Amino acid sequence: MSIEIRNVRKNFGSFSALNDISLDVPSGELVALLGPSGCGKTTLLRIIAGLESPDQGQVLFNGEDTTERHVRERQVGFVFQHYALFRHMTVFENVAFGLRVRPKQTRPTEAEIHRRVHELLNLVQLDWLADRYPPQLSGGQRQRIALARALAVEPKVLLLDEPFGALDAQVRKDLRRWLRRLHDELHITSVFVTHDQEEALEVADRIVVMNKGVVEQIGTPGEVYDNPATPFVYHFLGNVNLFHSRVHAGFARIGELELEAPEHAAAADAAALAYVRPHDIDIQREPDGASAFKAEVSFIHPIGPIVRLELRREDNSEIVEAEVTRERFRELDLKDGESVYIKPRAMKLFLAEAA
Amino acid sequence: MSAVISHPLPTYGAKIAQSRAIAESAWLRWLLIGTALAFLGLFLFVPLAAVFTEALRKGWDAYLAAFTEADALSAIKLTLTASLIAVPLNLVFGVAAAWAIAKFDFKGKSVLITLIDLPFAVSPVIAGLIYVLVFGLQGWFGSWLSDHDFKVIFAIPGIVLATIFVTFPFVARELIPLMEAQGKEEEEAAIVLGASGWQTFWRVTLPNVKWGLLYGVILSNARAMGEFGAVSVVSGHIRGMTNTLPLHVEILYNEYNYAAAFACASLLALLALVTLALKTLVEWQATRAAVTAE
Amino acid sequence: MTARPSKSNTVLPGFKPALGYTIFYLSLIVLIPLSAVFLKTTLLTWDAFWATVTAPRVLASYRLSFGAALLAAVINGVFGLLVAWVLVRYRFPGKRLIDAFVDLPFALPTAVAGIALTAVYSTNGWIGSWLEPHGIKVAFTPLGVVVALTFIGLPFVVRTVQPVLEDLEAEAEEAAASLGANRYQTFTKVILPSLWPALLTGFALAFARAVGEYGSVIFIAGNMPMVSEITPLLIITKLEQYDYSGATAIAVVMLVISFVLLLAINGLQWWSSHRHTK
Repeated sequence: MSIEIRNVRKNFGSFSALNDISLDVPSGELVALLGPSGCGKTTLLRIIAGLESPDQGQVLFNGEDTTERHVRERQVGFVFQHYALFRHMTVFENVAFGLRVRPKQTRPTEAEIHRRVHELLNLVQLDWLADRYPPQLSGGQRQRIALARALAVEPKVLLLDEPFGALDAQVRKDLRRWLRRLHDELHITSVFVTHDQEEALEVADRIVVMNKGVVEQIGTPGEVYDNPATPFVYHFLGNVNLFHSRVHAGFARIGELELEAPEHAAAADAAALAYVRPHDIDIQREPDGASAFKAEVSFIHPIGPIVRLELRREDNSEIVEAEVTRERFRELDLKDGESVYIKPRAMKLFLAEAA
Repeated sequence: MSAVISHPLPTYGAKIAQSRAIAESAWLRWLLIGTALAFLGLFLFVPLAAVFTEALRKGWDAYLAAFTEADALSAIKLTLTASLIAVPLNLVFGVAAAWAIAKFDFKGKSVLITLIDLPFAVSPVIAGLIYVLVFGLQGWFGSWLSDHDFKVIFAIPGIVLATIFVTFPFVARELIPLMEAQGKEEEEAAIVLGASGWQTFWRVTLPNVKWGLLYGVILSNARAMGEFGAVSVVSGHIRGMTNTLPLHVEILYNEYNYAAAFACASLLALLALVTLALKTLVEWQATRAAVTAE
Repeated sequence: MTARPSKSNTVLPGFKPALGYTIFYLSLIVLIPLSAVFLKTTLLTWDAFWATVTAPRVLASYRLSFGAALLAAVINGVFGLLVAWVLVRYRFPGKRLIDAFVDLPFALPTAVAGIALTAVYSTNGWIGSWLEPHGIKVAFTPLGVVVALTFIGLPFVVRTVQPVLEDLEAEAEEAAASLGANRYQTFTKVILPSLWPALLTGFALAFARAVGEYGSVIFIAGNMPMVSEITPLLIITKLEQYDYSGATAIAVVMLVISFVLLLAINGLQWWSSHRHTK
């Protein structure tokens, strides 16, 4: 089932949690709502679920307006951030709950309930915990039970609020791969909320980056990471170096450096910020024409396959971060305090009013 | 007054892990324990023991006779009736109030909580007085009631009303913090899974607060059966008619019938002991539930 | 695009009926009857009201009710802290039983407490007979009132201080010890400051409860006008003489004082819960 969100607004008092949000979730996709805390992503998820209603705008499931439909009739599965398992019920009863509360006419028989619950518990590989109570489970187990419980009602849409937020690093990694595989198996339209860029990049088909109640960018993980649409997205996904610059007639000037900026051909002596990823900083021993800064190596920090360098620009003493492979690092044979020439290999310019 | 009238459900076991650096010397420890126990003995245990000693002063037969006598029996019956009406009414109120206050946000919430606490702050005598002013002969509805030949003051309805008033906040006071602490995620989860409002309440909310609920009921029942001041004002002390057991104790005592007075008092003291035992049991259960939920 | 009025931000049902019933029942049982007291006094002229509430016998009863309640609350403040300390910090036989018995004054009907204390503290009682040779008379004197009010206020301080004491981090005391503080200094400079709000709350609760107390006091007080007559008893006496306006006037004075106390206690609890927000 596809989800369409059209011009949704939501205020809490004078605080604008969602400001004219529109987006599409195609049927069968796994979409991440990514943003810092307070950006409105959880509110949006709760509005899709019907746990909150928008002040304005519509939510459409398969093209049909569900804004007025009660959460009970929306056929959504919702996995809460802290799982919200019923603590006085066994794992089995938790998963069976959604079937047991159905009206008599549509309620499955007891045998059918048993079959379905065990099927789901097998799916999440926790059938052996059926008689335990939620407090006796580990965080990762609770998470999977919460998922099984949400799936029990055969939802058309699966919504997950910070599904891995409360878990420790290793469990979190395992679970998100598992969720990805599960999604590939079930192909149920899913939306999950996260503040962890790595999680979104690894799991989602498509990422919706949100900030302060507005959508900053929608795209595949590759698009969002390699081609950020706004300065915010640049900052939020990965490290980035900032260079103050002036743009004039298709050229950008950073310090002594002049670089081509064809996308800003119309700009006339406008202030701009240049965003450059650390791995897009090119380092040379010798000057390569005029298009490089002189900088001093101030810190060398090898991590795994890459080496992170801090370089102090000679002209204004600003620190530039760079990442090079170990191979390149060995080639350059850099030491603390040595002088090098650096230049951005790729960059993105945002004019001042946009930045 | 507020929350602590009923000692809130306990935290999960005291941390008594004391290192040597911060322990008192043995003699000081025992001096403190001794002083505390002497104080409790003087004010709690000696009076409690006195109730039973005085009650049995004239032997078992006189003891049993004291509350198998007709006036005593009717006093017991009235006490039970009043509390059987008051406690369930306040239970329903407490659940409704806790649901509204703990699960929803609205303006004036803290004012409402303070108002629910009010009966704890009012002297029992004034609790009785207010109903006399409303329903008594000189009161707002006095002449209307007497025209319709319905008595509230110096009759059972007045006693029930006074009992409701003095036990008014107990259940609500116990449930509000408990339900607030549990949040509303579980209820939301139930609704998303298709449960109706009532199904959510009966299957999710109520099982989660059952110990707190029971705790509130036990405390309000003890207060309801033992209330003296408020009931005294509205009762009129008509023997065999509007006398509750605590009032019966007073009458016997004022007639210098000490053995009978203490015999009836011992019945109430037993009720208090049962209350304490049940209360401790519920606390223990609730602690266990809380510990397994850790 | 349709504009809707903002709805309550939850899908849980039943808010309106629950709140409606709460307010209805609260008004019916508490607010409307209580307002009767205030409306009734408006029938009195200010001079008549003032004359009633400041009559010498009434003033004497305030002195006794508030004085004895204050004294009892102080006693409970000191010994309640001690009992809470002993129950939290030390191990001794019968501790759990004694812990449970601290709540006896909540569970024991006040009339029973009244006659039991009278029996124990009268001149031929277990404790009274032992005090009498020393010239101390308890029953049927103002001292008896203090004893009764100490009894009924006993659990308040213990039960407010106990949980706070349980939650105190041993580390803070160990730190104090490691910095060279002796046990007394640790108690007064580290422990006591964090107990203050709870102690004050318990004290105020015990005081407020004692001011309005009736059942346990009238048996042991002797009820001599000007000497050992408490204010609630005076209200009853006036009622029995069909002096409704007199009874109501005194009740208004007591109610106003109780409300002020209630507000103070709520303020204290707010203070103590926000002082330690984690």
